[in-house]
Amino acid sequence: MDVTLTVNGTPHVLNLEDPRVSLLDALRQRLDLTGTKKGCDHGQCGACTVIVNGRRINSCMTLAVMHDGDEITTIEGIGTPGDLAPLQQAFIRHDGFQCGYCTPGQIMSATAMLEEVRQGWPSQMTGDLGRPELTDDEIRERMSGNICRCSCYPNIVDAIRDAAGRTGGTAA
Amino acid sequence: MSNPIEVTLTHRMNLPDEENLLDRMAQGVVSTPMDRPEGPLKVSGTATYADEDHPPGTAYGWFVRAAITSGRVTGLNTRELEAMPGVLAVIRDNRMIRNPAQGGDAKSPHQGPSEVFYKGQPIALVVAETFEQARDAALAARPDYKDRSDRAVILPTRTDYEKPRSKQSSQGNLDKAMRNAAFAVDVEYDTPSMSHAAMEPHAAVAWWQDGRLTVRGSYQMLNSNAQELADALGISVKKVRILSRYVGGGFGSKLGIGHEGVGAAIAAQKLDRPVAIALHRRQVFEATHRRSETRQRVRLCCDADGRMTGIGHEAWVSNLPGETFSEPVTQATPFTWAGENREIGHYIGRLNLTGAGSMRAPGEAVGVPITDAAMDELAEAAGIDPVEFRLRNIPEADPSSGKPFSSNRLADCIRIGAERFGWSGRPKVPGSRREGEWLIGFGMSGVIRVNMLGDSTARVTLRPDGTALVETDMTDIGTGSYSVLTQIAAEMLGLPPDRVTTVLGDSDLPPSIGSGGSRGAASSGSSVMLAARAVRGKLAERMGCDEEDLTLKDGTAIAGNRQRDLADVLAGDILQGTGTIKRGAAEAHHRQSSWGAEFCEVAVSSVTGEVHVRRLSGVFAAGRILNAKTARSQCMGGMIFGIGQALHEEVFHDARDGSFMNRDLAEYHVPANLDVPHIDIELLMDDRDPYANPMQAKGIGELALCGTAAAIVNAIANATGHRFRSFPITLDKVLEKLG
Ligand code: FES
Ligand code: FES
Repeated sequence: MDVTLTVNGTPHVLNLEDPRVSLLDALRQRLDLTGTKKGCDHGQCGACTVIVNGRRINSCMTLAVMHDGDEITTIEGIGTPGDLAPLQQAFIRHDGFQCGYCTPGQIMSATAMLEEVRQGWPSQMTGDLGRPELTDDEIRERMSGNICRCSCYPNIVDAIRDAAGRTGGTAA
Repeated sequence: MSNPIEVTLTHRMNLPDEENLLDRMAQGVVSTPMDRPEGPLKVSGTATYADEDHPPGTAYGWFVRAAITSGRVTGLNTRELEAMPGVLAVIRDNRMIRNPAQGGDAKSPHQGPSEVFYKGQPIALVVAETFEQARDAALAARPDYKDRSDRAVILPTRTDYEKPRSKQSSQGNLDKAMRNAAFAVDVEYDTPSMSHAAMEPHAAVAWWQDGRLTVRGSYQMLNSNAQELADALGISVKKVRILSRYVGGGFGSKLGIGHEGVGAAIAAQKLDRPVAIALHRRQVFEATHRRSETRQRVRLCCDADGRMTGIGHEAWVSNLPGETFSEPVTQATPFTWAGENREIGHYIGRLNLTGAGSMRAPGEAVGVPITDAAMDELAEAAGIDPVEFRLRNIPEADPSSGKPFSSNRLADCIRIGAERFGWSGRPKVPGSRREGEWLIGFGMSGVIRVNMLGDSTARVTLRPDGTALVETDMTDIGTGSYSVLTQIAAEMLGLPPDRVTTVLGDSDLPPSIGSGGSRGAASSGSSVMLAARAVRGKLAERMGCDEEDLTLKDGTAIAGNRQRDLADVLAGDILQGTGTIKRGAAEAHHRQSSWGAEFCEVAVSSVTGEVHVRRLSGVFAAGRILNAKTARSQCMGGMIFGIGQALHEEVFHDARDGSFMNRDLAEYHVPANLDVPHIDIELLMDDRDPYANPMQAKGIGELALCGTAAAIVNAIANATGHRFRSFPITLDKVLEKLG
């Protein structure tokens, strides 16, 4: 079955002979976009976070065949080593990673999360439901779906706050 | 290009270092908080981990695992599986292993997939064209067994413990000291099985070319891993190359060759095509290693002034039959605190559970928090402030051997930490400070981790354009090896760090000790320093001066009043230094350790029993700090690991068959972002340890973990007035005591 995935702006037609292929494995094994990581394959760690049609999801938890025609952004679409996005630069400055394995997922999650805050989506930590502010606790709560076993959390919070400050609340 | 001019320098660490060479260099990059050179690759998803960049034609493997706890595999529905779509092979090969090698084994672990020692042990491998096909076929496997699970030993209470004589020691008469003491505690604590839970699951891609095997895997100690793999396969180590450029976390779980490496190598040989195996997360839990559960009895006593007179520390741990590793729980107990009467006991039970291996700071990670929590109990019994009590009991020399310390900054760490944290604001009476439903308490802990050196070699090549290449088989598992080795070479050769390229993670490169036991940076760093020093010697010759009189800075060589560009001095030549550091007598004559102190404020909900770590602060001394940024991150990671240990992490073994009931990241709770407050870290940048190595640097990757859980549990005691002696301190346990 042919499925068209538009990944980082480029349409890819995938002949998926096997409907069991997850979106994560399609990206990693069929499109060779291995920036998106597999930590658990169970929706429990966030390493596989990508943005689909503007929303962050765990790509291990969804089948590729369900995304025909969807717009997908992966870490490769955020910035390249020679041309890093502000959030990526902030992760380097604040040492928001050690082994780096959770990092693409953290950055994808943070990218979408900042947009969620900008659009006024509340979280468990939001006091005034109408106007979430990007406090440290908001960042912590909203980033708690992305596990980092190297445990860089305080540096990740610093990096996100810094990047958001520099760009007026958006990641790009 | 011309052949390099080669020069070697080997140093055995017999005597304390008197040169303090790094402090005399001019570039000024060592110790700075330099950004990680591999950062741009990691934040853009272009760093390549094990299960990536598969060679063309790669097939995929998935393990079939035992559904019994003990017995023999007598058959398998192989034909049926082979007929499934895409299946290329169903492999049961006697070279397959029972459990991963232990760190530094350098030989194969126990082999043979037919005898089952624990539930979930890999017993066969299915290889198929696609990942999905391999997984599906493996799940359709129906092994036949001669099941002897009824004879399996699952529970620690059901085993007779071995008592290896070399692991027991005793001094004076502890029983008598306990009887005669003004204050004494005799307490039992326990810690559960734990899991490393590195974010990158174990994975390997193997391919053979002209009779030589290459495995790209996720491993920490490539030199011994290559030997383990070669031994398992029965081939010469020269025929094996292992690549681990980037490792997605290890924490000890990737110290030894594992199922994925051996399995992929066998399958790739059999099929004559590349084979990739990535363990599923639940396989990582059940078929790699765990940290052993521990039961610990601690006896401590002191006189009326709070001076300790005795320490007893006994530990009961477990492992599979035949494994030589056992969690060295009491490792720091002989030397940390004063007291002339001592008893150390170490008992090993043989259980049919997933094998136990090294997990971040094996020994001290679980031993120090327990002795330290007991110290806190004794301080309370004696009516002495915990900070003051610890300061009173720091010995002048290692009390068990009489050896002097190479350096002991424990008191400094405690004093500075108490000041930074505001210890004087501690609630004096346990359970006395309340904010609504929240009970507030402060706690602290000493932090101790032994320091070690490992034989390591590195090569440093200075190229005609004045750029340098650093090469060793050392790995960077997030620890900062790429950063610190780059900085050391840059410092020694007087180069801006961006003119140094560091290449790691290839077993064909000069052998290092690898990443494990907090030895990596100090050992491989020393070898890089020596290699670069050899190159300096050659440059000095060309400048017509002694090496001591040569200054290298910003790509120039300076001797007396002469200053020349390195390119000019090199005149088209390549200088290549090979440096080797070897362990020596320095470690035998002095007790070496890294030191620290941690302070914690918790809030405990009297309604839900929830514990919030509000503040966590640590001060650490580990000799020369090689990179202030990565060292701080290592400490932060260790402290957060300690939050998990204190409050969240526990493997629940099914009492019937030993399997992991919580074998995934939803049920095995590691700390998440919201569990972690701001963390305050101070590194004693002036510390040096001349006995450690020529850089005078010590291990820091595991240090911060070795005490955190005590700071937290002591804070909980201060908040609630109750001692909790069974880790982790979960809500149910808190509520039970709060009533
Ligand atoms: S791999 Fe998808 S959430 Fe862990
Ligand atoms: S950087 Fe290693 S898991 Fe996050």
